Amino acid sequence: MTPVSFEYGLALAAILFVLGLVGILVRRNLVFMLLCTEIMLNAAGFAFIVAGARWAQSDGQVMFIFLLAMAGAEVAVGLALILLLFSRGRPLDVDSLSSGEDR
Amino acid sequence: MSLIWLVPAFPFAGFLFLVFSRGLSGRRAGVVGSVAVGLSFAAAVAVFAAFSSAPPAGGSYTLVLWRWFSSGALAPNVALSVDALSLVMILVVTGVGFLIHLFSIEHMVGEEGYARFFAYMNLFVGSMLILVLADNLVLLYLGWEGVGLCSYLLIGFWYRESANGRAARKAFIVTRVGDVSLLVGIFLIALSLGSVDIQEVARRAAVSWPAGSTTAILAAALILGGAVGKSAQLPLQTWLPDAMAGPSPVSALIHAATMVTAGVYLVARSHVIFSLAPPVLLAVAVIGAATLFVAGASAVAQTDIKRVLAYSTMSQIGYMFLALGVGAWTGAIFHLVTHAFFKSLLFLAAGVIINALSDEHDIRAMGGLAKKMPFIFWVFLIGAFGLTALPPVTSGFASKDAIVARVWESGDPGHILWLVAMAGVFLTSLYTFRLLFLVFAERKGTATQAATTKQPAPHASEHEAHVERSGRHGDPSAPVGGIMGAPLAILATLCVVGGFLDFPRMLGGAPVITRFLGTVLPPSMDSGGSTDTVLALLSLAVSLAGIPFGWLLARWAARRAARRGEVVAGAGPAAASPSAGADGAAHRAEPRFASFFKRGWLFDSAYEYLFQRPFEWLCRINKRDIVNRASEALGSLNLFASLVLRRSQTGKIRHYVAGLALGAAIILAVAVIL
Repeated sequence: MTPVSFEYGLALAAILFVLGLVGILVRRNLVFMLLCTEIMLNAAGFAFIVAGARWAQSDGQVMFIFLLAMAGAEVAVGLALILLLFSRGRPLDVDSLSSGEDR
Repeated sequence: MSLIWLVPAFPFAGFLFLVFSRGLSGRRAGVVGSVAVGLSFAAAVAVFAAFSSAPPAGGSYTLVLWRWFSSGALAPNVALSVDALSLVMILVVTGVGFLIHLFSIEHMVGEEGYARFFAYMNLFVGSMLILVLADNLVLLYLGWEGVGLCSYLLIGFWYRESANGRAARKAFIVTRVGDVSLLVGIFLIALSLGSVDIQEVARRAAVSWPAGSTTAILAAALILGGAVGKSAQLPLQTWLPDAMAGPSPVSALIHAATMVTAGVYLVARSHVIFSLAPPVLLAVAVIGAATLFVAGASAVAQTDIKRVLAYSTMSQIGYMFLALGVGAWTGAIFHLVTHAFFKSLLFLAAGVIINALSDEHDIRAMGGLAKKMPFIFWVFLIGAFGLTALPPVTSGFASKDAIVARVWESGDPGHILWLVAMAGVFLTSLYTFRLLFLVFAERKGTATQAATTKQPAPHASEHEAHVERSGRHGDPSAPVGGIMGAPLAILATLCVVGGFLDFPRMLGGAPVITRFLGTVLPPSMDSGGSTDTVLALLSLAVSLAGIPFGWLLARWAARRAARRGEVVAGAGPAAASPSAGADGAAHRAEPRFASFFKRGWLFDSAYEYLFQRPFEWLCRINKRDIVNRASEALGSLNLFASLVLRRSQTGKIRHYVAGLALGAAIILAVAVIL
């Protein structure tokens, strides 16, 4: 098994990050926006892993554990908010939510 | 002599008392004011007695009260300095001031603001005393501004009439031009000599400034600027005729006897500096000569009794300046003293006449008052003789002839100046006797009956408040009360005998004042030679020659007035109000040259076109304030930027995210490229 080259890893991380960013920018559904946030977080985590492998240091993996924990907490809060909105019969469209038309 | 501080303290105490005790009923305020000045006069006499019985070493005594302030080398004390010159001044200020206060007790009865009047008058006397007693230039300047303030307040005493307020502002602003010049002069002296103490300045100036040096000339010229403003000399003379808007006692005290002579005092006080600057000294003489001629010629054409006297005051102060300019320092001070006597007498008498005729100021509407008001006629006559330097009234005769003789003897430009002075003597006699004949001589047509029975015409509104004051008001035949008569009688006596203070030697007199002032001012003893006798006789002849011409002018003016009876009735207020008179119908009806003189050689119009109009034009184009534009631009830039940036705050979360991403990308790009 040949090790993945550093540049490829970073390129993959960048592609993932941009995908997530574009998703946030173009999607209006809150659930998808949360998903895209996760993708961006994972892109960052992947970049850490790749960097850790490149310099043969465990710091990258430590940071990834941190990121996972933070992502878990964030998803918990985000999903809870989404559920709350949904149970109150509010749309999950972020634009209509922030313009405050039907409050 | 250490009680000298009492002299200014009494009037200030009187002022404070009158200000803080509201509701002094009746004449009590007047009595308080007069007593304050009377006590001050008594203190001045006591100081004079102590001074003359035991003259202090060096001819002056200084009482340091306290250190005023200290700023580097400049540390003026509040200190009073007594020497012969300031003694003469305080005796005149408190003496004449006391008589005028006494007169005002009765004269001002029933005026709105009776206590206010006496408060201002006391403040004025106190400030004037500070001015003449000040031991340093800074304290002198304090008194200088104090009298200017009181002059402003008292000219505008009847403040309900807007014309009076305008006259007051005019006086304040025009004299301010001179005040600034004096202030700059004081700065220059303090910087150059390192002291503001008057005696120290004189000592150091004599040592460190060579005669004719630029600094000396500059300092003298700046001081002269201040003196010219205060003393209503060319070219800052325009405020004085309008200052007649104030009550007559104010005109007598401030605009005849004391404040306007402060300039003469100032020049005499700084005679060391002026002696070091011969060109400026010549300028003093030329200004004096020009003023005495211009003002004399203007006085001939006036129709308002007080404006005649105002121009006459200017002209007489012109004589004083002329005397200063030719180095007759004591002669100038002597004329100052005698002028204080006869001019305040004339103003007070004019005040009585004006009141008796229901505030009629127009001399063409008067006439025949000699029979109705014999006492006033006699005191006025004495004052007029003093003014025209005719014996047997000695005051003007002694002082003015002394000046004229000194001018003749003063060397090169002296003979031209002497000619102007003689022309002035003729003009003085001309306007004085024109006034005298118009006011007092019996004549047909415009008798006083018309004046007394006529409705208190439009201008009576100026004095609405005092229509129902003393019963004497509007009745010329009523006798003058004792409390008003006594000051007039005393002043008239002073006029008659005042000349003996410095009587010409050719007539067996002794130069009392000259000798007394000898410790302060360089002497200018009259030679007593035959030249003096010839000059005196010549000036006497010229004075006498003015009398018939004065009579002719009076008859001419009366005839013209009779032909336009209705104009006379309305001319009073027009002439009394400062600038409104300039466009009055009465002026247009007059021959052009008379109107030219009547409006004081059109100085007012000239200044209007030279300063007022350009200033107004500048104000108009700068209404939006060009300087302010810079700071305003900053404000509008902010406003514009906020308008633009506000649009970025959409409230849409996706836009913010896009912004964040864009920003991060830009920062990263910058970091990578650099």
